[in-house]
Amino acid sequence: MSELTQHAPTDEIVLSAKDVAKSFGNVHALKTVNFDIHRGQVTTLFGENGAGKSTLMKILSGVIQPTSGEITLNGEPVSFSSSVDAQRMGISIIHQELSLAPNMNVRDNIFMGREIKGASGINYAEEARQAQKLLADLDGSIDPLDMVEDLRLGQQQIIEIARALSVESRILIMDEPTSALSATEVGVLFDVIARLKRQGVSIVYISHHLEEALEVTDHAVVLRDGLMTAYAKRADIDLEWIVRNMVGEGFDLGSPPVDHEFGAVALNIENLSVADAKVAGRFLVDHLSLQVRAGEIVCLYGLMGAGRTELLECVAGRLPADDGKVLLGGKDISRLTISERIEQGLVLVPEDRQRDGLVQTQSVGQNLSLASIKDFTRWLLTSRPRETEVIDNAIGQVRIKAGGAHAEIGSLSGGNQQKVVIGKMLATQPRVVLLDEPSRGIDIGAKAEVFRLLAQGAAQKGLAVLFSTSEVGECLSIAHRVVVLSKGRIKAEFGADVTKEEIMAASGESVAA
Amino acid sequence: MTQSTSASTRPHGNFDLLRMLFNGRAFFALIAIIIIFSTLSPVYFSTNNFLTMSSHVAIYGLLALGMLLVILTGGIDLSVGSTLGLSGVIAGFLMQGVGIHAFGVTLYPPVWAVVILTAMLGAVVGGINGVLIAYFRVPAFVATLGMLYVARGAAMLMTNGLTFNTLEGDPELGNTGFDWLGFNGLLGVPVSVWVLIAVAVIGMLLLRRTPYGRWVYAIGCNARAAELSGVPVKRVQVSVYLLSGVCAAIAGLVLSSQLTSAGPTAGTTYEMIAIAAVVIGGAALSGGRGSVGGTLLGAFVIGFLSDGLVIIGVSAYWQMVFTGGVIILAVLLNSVQYRGRKKRSTAIPPSSKPGGVVDAVTGNRNSKSAVVS
Ligand SMILES: Nc1ncnc2c1ncn2[C@@H]1O[C@H](COP(=O)(O)OP(=O)(O)OP(=O)(O)O)[C@@H](O)[C@H]1O
Ligand SMILES: [Mg+2]
Repeated sequence: MSELTQHAPTDEIVLSAKDVAKSFGNVHALKTVNFDIHRGQVTTLFGENGAGKSTLMKILSGVIQPTSGEITLNGEPVSFSSSVDAQRMGISIIHQELSLAPNMNVRDNIFMGREIKGASGINYAEEARQAQKLLADLDGSIDPLDMVEDLRLGQQQIIEIARALSVESRILIMDEPTSALSATEVGVLFDVIARLKRQGVSIVYISHHLEEALEVTDHAVVLRDGLMTAYAKRADIDLEWIVRNMVGEGFDLGSPPVDHEFGAVALNIENLSVADAKVAGRFLVDHLSLQVRAGEIVCLYGLMGAGRTELLECVAGRLPADDGKVLLGGKDISRLTISERIEQGLVLVPEDRQRDGLVQTQSVGQNLSLASIKDFTRWLLTSRPRETEVIDNAIGQVRIKAGGAHAEIGSLSGGNQQKVVIGKMLATQPRVVLLDEPSRGIDIGAKAEVFRLLAQGAAQKGLAVLFSTSEVGECLSIAHRVVVLSKGRIKAEFGADVTKEEIMAASGESVAA
Repeated sequence: MTQSTSASTRPHGNFDLLRMLFNGRAFFALIAIIIIFSTLSPVYFSTNNFLTMSSHVAIYGLLALGMLLVILTGGIDLSVGSTLGLSGVIAGFLMQGVGIHAFGVTLYPPVWAVVILTAMLGAVVGGINGVLIAYFRVPAFVATLGMLYVARGAAMLMTNGLTFNTLEGDPELGNTGFDWLGFNGLLGVPVSVWVLIAVAVIGMLLLRRTPYGRWVYAIGCNARAAELSGVPVKRVQVSVYLLSGVCAAIAGLVLSSQLTSAGPTAGTTYEMIAIAAVVIGGAALSGGRGSVGGTLLGAFVIGFLSDGLVIIGVSAYWQMVFTGGVIILAVLLNSVQYRGRKKRSTAIPPSSKPGGVVDAVTGNRNSKSAVVS
């Protein structure tokens, strides 16, 4: 195999799926799909939430087995009995959902299952050295001995990437590797991808950040409802082509709703501080003040580590504040618990849906109604019809594609899981909604819908919205105001007429990245 | 409720019957136990024996229902056996009359007051567990293990290791009726079984129809997500241990009423029987899965099996082996059922995993013979 790889022409197909289909019970996730991976090139898979992208990638990496169809590796039919099996044949995958052990350190996570043996047990020094080398290319600030649970989501994603790179496979599948990364880190990843390509590694890339994906890809494949609907080489296509093939029409992330007056100040953050537990004297949120008025939509932009998540979690009551106040409609809520804040009308849609958003053992419906359960409780007991109403409303409102309210959470595609988390919090009828990276992992259609929903809430019900993002493009959508964070402080504030370049310059990124 | 969703994801077709057998495995196990022992012994299949066995099951069931709440949140309560013993002793102590030296009088509280005071004691013991676990972040296994010793020690101290034997009360003092719980029947069914039914109905309503129940399940699966959804996680955690303590106290009352005596060693290792019943009933020790119905079945399986083994005269050693085998089989089948699903991100202490449950074998047999004799 290795000989073949070295002398092969560049446009050769290494791995291909022929007439592959996959059904889960009576959900047909994939219906006879053909898919080729080209040697030493990047193939990008586009498609809406639930189109079957992750399912196809799981089949190609041995995680699940197809219902029918065949897979050929270097022209020969193969079948993988497990992901370990596939890995042995040089295929590895970065999963859409993180699969790290939070209670272990970075080094042990990277080498989990493939520990380097030394004379006396595991050779930790060698592992640490290799981990350090991998991480140096990706994010210099992570130490191999850091505990994974102490890392931010984006950093965890980088560990996930490092782990896949450490295998040195010939085919690398990346299922939304950048959903929690900001532009700079994405730039770094793209450098790594370019280097891998030079080494002859074939890459499959999945992302809902279309422009970003266009930058890196050589081939584009569009999946729609379990069918491959379009294929083209990079040179022949543009953004419009992808969108047209994905959703069938143009898309627009919306614009700030203008025909309504802002109300009184709904959320008032005064001098809020959160100290860094690891470094004395440093602040994750540094004496920050910010006001959001009823009906106003504010976007928080910043690089990884700028303190967006910490700010939002502190306002929601998840992180204790070291100093400062949070006022909701003029009322000091700094001392209230999370549930009391929710009752007062302040909710947070968390960044990490697996860890903070979803209850895996409960159904889609039960997840959707979890936060608003008190609204349909009469005389201590919940009312089934009222609950069904709340759930159906939520499913319709955020347009969740699922096999009904009784489906298991795990059977939903990543983007639809995200919509469940958003729908759950909106079902509480909040006055102020905080969203941490609400567009993480959702497709452009859904993204536009979420934004439309927020804009509508702001315009009609006077909802105050504060959302964070690491994609500059999203700052330019519905936000009336863009606030750029850096090192826990507000670096700059812009109106709706801001440009991408201004935002990136203020955040401290090089515009080229 | 949580189990019903699992069926829909499996392939349809002629596996339906198999799946039904599999999902109802605790129920079919119970039927099998009854059939097997009835053929082996003519005594087994008689009304009298069923009544005796159900009054044993009532004790296990009460403990197991409290344990179910705790296990659903991903915790464990090892102190229920000791709480049962302490409650019995306290009830016995109150029934003997409380002397107040300063006034030179002895108070004889009526039975209803004894019952309420004892239940409150259970609540306090459980509440302490809960506060230690939720607010002081002591691992549940350790906190309740400590309480296991403290409560048992306290029971010993109260009686100097002796047993209270006079629980009948005295008509002149107006405190008779304590034996009603254990001895009498309503419509031919022992009162203790009615108590179990009442607690089970409350538990079922609580888990299926109240926000509280939904919260218990949510916390067991993902406490972080529950917290961000406005669930008062710590308060719910305290309350499940508190309720488990109350259930143990009620079981203690029923047991000492059945025996009309209250010994400080009553209920030793019953916590393991309770855990076993919950597990046999299909609950996951990692939390988030389990039901009242299953747990009741589990209590019946354990009770009917161990009593049956005693009746057909299997040696004590074989009783241990059989009971242990059933528990291991149950855990095995549970893991088949839950295989391939997403695991909880936060690990539970390894010591509270099935390894601990197997110990129930010992406890089950020893304590059983104590009740029967
Ligand atoms: N284990 C499962 N059981 C039942 N249905 C499933 C399962 N896994 C996936 N599906 C269904 O298959 C379809 C395709 O899912 P998949 O995860 O491949 O989508 P995707 O294209 O990766 O979407 P996203 O962009 O949201 O990640 C969805 O309708 C999903 O509900
Ligand atoms: Mg996916």
